[in-house]
Amino acid sequence: MTLLPLAPDVLLGVALLFTAWRALYTQALFPAVVFFVAFGMLLALAWMRLQAPDVALAEAAIGAGLTGALLMAAVARLRGRDEDRP
Amino acid sequence: MKAFASAALALLLAGLAAVLAWTVTRPVTPGRDVPALIAGALDVSGVSHPVTAVLLNFRGYDTLLELVVLLIALAGVRCLAPLPPPRGSAPVGGVLRELASLLLPVLVLVAVYLLWAGATRPGGAFQGGALLAAAGILALLAGRDRFLWRLEHRLWPLACLGVAVFLAVAAGTLAAGGVLLGLPSAHAGTLILVIEGFALLSIAVTLVALFLGTGELEDRDP
Amino acid sequence: MTGQALYAVLGCGLFCLGFHALVVAAHPLRRLLAVNVMGSSVFLVLVAGAAPGDPLPQALVITGIVVAVAATALGLNLLLRLAVPAAADEPADGEGGS
Repeated sequence: MTLLPLAPDVLLGVALLFTAWRALYTQALFPAVVFFVAFGMLLALAWMRLQAPDVALAEAAIGAGLTGALLMAAVARLRGRDEDRP
Repeated sequence: MKAFASAALALLLAGLAAVLAWTVTRPVTPGRDVPALIAGALDVSGVSHPVTAVLLNFRGYDTLLELVVLLIALAGVRCLAPLPPPRGSAPVGGVLRELASLLLPVLVLVAVYLLWAGATRPGGAFQGGALLAAAGILALLAGRDRFLWRLEHRLWPLACLGVAVFLAVAAGTLAAGGVLLGLPSAHAGTLILVIEGFALLSIAVTLVALFLGTGELEDRDP
Repeated sequence: MTGQALYAVLGCGLFCLGFHALVVAAHPLRRLLAVNVMGSSVFLVLVAGAAPGDPLPQALVITGIVVAVAATALGLNLLLRLAVPAAADEPADGEGGS
């Protein structure tokens, strides 16, 4: 069968769907942000599979790295807030 | 009722996904062969990497307005009333400080390399600027925030530098009898490198300022 | 089905997943995550729908990624500003008194 070359793409697609699902439906915010960063990293791999190395670089540096740092800083501030007022 | 509504929503969105999937997998009628057009015009663009040629030359207008969007986002963030400074942040560990001192020079070097590599291979101002911003954020997290007061005093000049240089080049090409941002092919390579260099600096400064958020620069001012 | 079509279909699925989360999520940060996932899925469809290695959609997507991070940063700051009272809004006796 000719499905074998598609195996990495299928695996990557399932991993992308899984991380996106966990990022959007996990109860706690911090694990959700961690899953979102993982989603960004996997998406960078997907860009490489689509022969777009420039987009992969931008996604890894901005989409996963900087957005992750922004989100984690925001979650840390929100958490400090929530512990104040249970 | 609520269970019914959520089931209906899920069903509706599953239907939407199916329709979208059917749409994107339909064969499209071939239009103009854009990759071939870009490859044909690559000789006059000043760079040999097609993505950089599109970003900085063929569609330079998009990139200029994108830098303006970054500035508008920064203005929006800086307009908000300042938050109270974060309390109870963990002290910086020795491992993080040592790692930062090892990584910071490498990150800056790779950022400059990405800018230079953008002319011939994957890379460019946005990737390099993001990496430089990451270096700045790493320095912040590792407690090396001495560069912040410098940033505070020159935030807007530094953030506007990329747009200013881009606009100056656009005005120059317009005044030289060409069209707006129609870079002359003899100097296109140099012009693109100059635009990208200043854009990289502005992107990095803007992203670090966006990370700091509302008015934290003043709070950290020694 | 080719790899390209696979990623285009995946983009459609991710778009609807993000849309669902955007509608049902209560926390604003979660909605921001959902909007980001929807944006990434649109980029995926854009690149996967073009010819392999076509530089034009790639350049557009790089532009889009930078705009997305700027919008996310603005959204997060608005969100924090809503959730955390500013220094001027605090009662004189501090937060312990509330």
